[in-house]
Amino acid sequence: MAWTRDQLAARAAKELRDGFYVNLGIGIPTLVANHIPAGVNVTLQSENGMLGMGPYPYEDEIDPDLINAGKQTISELPHSSYFSSSDSFAMIRGGHINLSILGAMEVSQNGDLANWMVPGKMVKGMGGAMDLVAGVRRCVVVMDHCSKDGRSKLLKKCELPLTGVRVVDLIITDLGVFEVDKVGNSPLRLIELADGISVEEIAAKTQADFVVDLK
Amino acid sequence: MSKIYPNAAAALAGLPQDGMTIMSGGFGLCGIPENLIVALRDSGAKNLTVISNNAGVDGFGLGLLLESKQTKKMISSYVGENKEFERQFLSGELELEFNPQGTLAERIRAGGAGIPGFYTKTGVGTLVAEGKEHKDFDGATYVLETALKADISLIKAWKADEEGNLIYRKTARNFNPMMATAGKITIVEVEEIVACGELDADNIHTPGIYVDRIVCGSFEKRIENRTIRAKEMA
Repeated sequence: MAWTRDQLAARAAKELRDGFYVNLGIGIPTLVANHIPAGVNVTLQSENGMLGMGPYPYEDEIDPDLINAGKQTISELPHSSYFSSSDSFAMIRGGHINLSILGAMEVSQNGDLANWMVPGKMVKGMGGAMDLVAGVRRCVVVMDHCSKDGRSKLLKKCELPLTGVRVVDLIITDLGVFEVDKVGNSPLRLIELADGISVEEIAAKTQADFVVDLK
Repeated sequence: MSKIYPNAAAALAGLPQDGMTIMSGGFGLCGIPENLIVALRDSGAKNLTVISNNAGVDGFGLGLLLESKQTKKMISSYVGENKEFERQFLSGELELEFNPQGTLAERIRAGGAGIPGFYTKTGVGTLVAEGKEHKDFDGATYVLETALKADISLIKAWKADEEGNLIYRKTARNFNPMMATAGKITIVEVEEIVACGELDADNIHTPGIYVDRIVCGSFEKRIENRTIRAKEMA
């Protein structure tokens, strides 16, 4: 069985380390916050200007002045801080965020990422994605292995307009986990399989070059 | 000379002109100068270039200036919440320049700080860097981005004192502090105006030097995505 959205988020949560400052993208990455391992304390950054993002508020705590980057109402924690957008992206661009977990439309085997634009469709904008992938120390992509029409999203070379060049360190799909050599030109390394998924199935559904190095 | 005006229309009176560049603070609908946007619409100024992270929603915030066809161009990072925006853009009525959100924030900060441009790694190798100057530093490639300034900046803060010293509240701060520095004229709407001395001088977010006009308003503070958790049973 391919991993569900929650299983994907749980696998991504294993990339968290105690003391990390982390930015989570919209969609499945947001669910990672529900799977933070016991004993691991992470501080979540929201690029609209907050460190120490808390859970969704109780109904009687909703505050329109307190939202995350997905414009969802959230709550604060005792160690939270607020700052401007330029301070927020100084922290991102300056390499102070340990980890970003985000979604993707395509990833190439050298770590190029496309997740903001499909030519011919209405483009909503890149938001903070280009800044995040260029600035954070480690970038983990969480996505379905194939698009809705069955095409591999792991490619030798991205076809869609890029969000960043050689920025992705790890790809977690519903079928398995791949390490990326974003400096050299090695193929992807398949290091984990989702429960019940075979290497053969992944080979049949993957356009990118990869080697098998299961751990 | 008092900086305090009785209402948003009075605070904008005589300033908006056709073809101006306007900055408008906020992230989504959080921390937007909702009363000043209405006053700008009512001024009738046309062919505006509007710099704002987002474009409001249909019928609220910057969506109002789209409906009245006063916006010629938007400079934003994300505009996904607005059908009228999409219609005008796809029909070619509206120009759009996408900036990465951090680049947008830093271009505005640079504009207010007298820095004409800066190099950033953001966007190198993507569409947003095409045609721009590149330069290598310590083995990495960066792209030159230029400063942004505005004829008028419309700002939302929480509290002002009579001098125009400002404090913002929670994530309603966002783009407001940089935009306050980058306008030739900066107009601020707040929830409360207090006497000088009532705000802690050590905790001012925007010093009054950047603020030309202040108005106290009442706010709808519309929420885009109301997300809650259930109370645990005792």
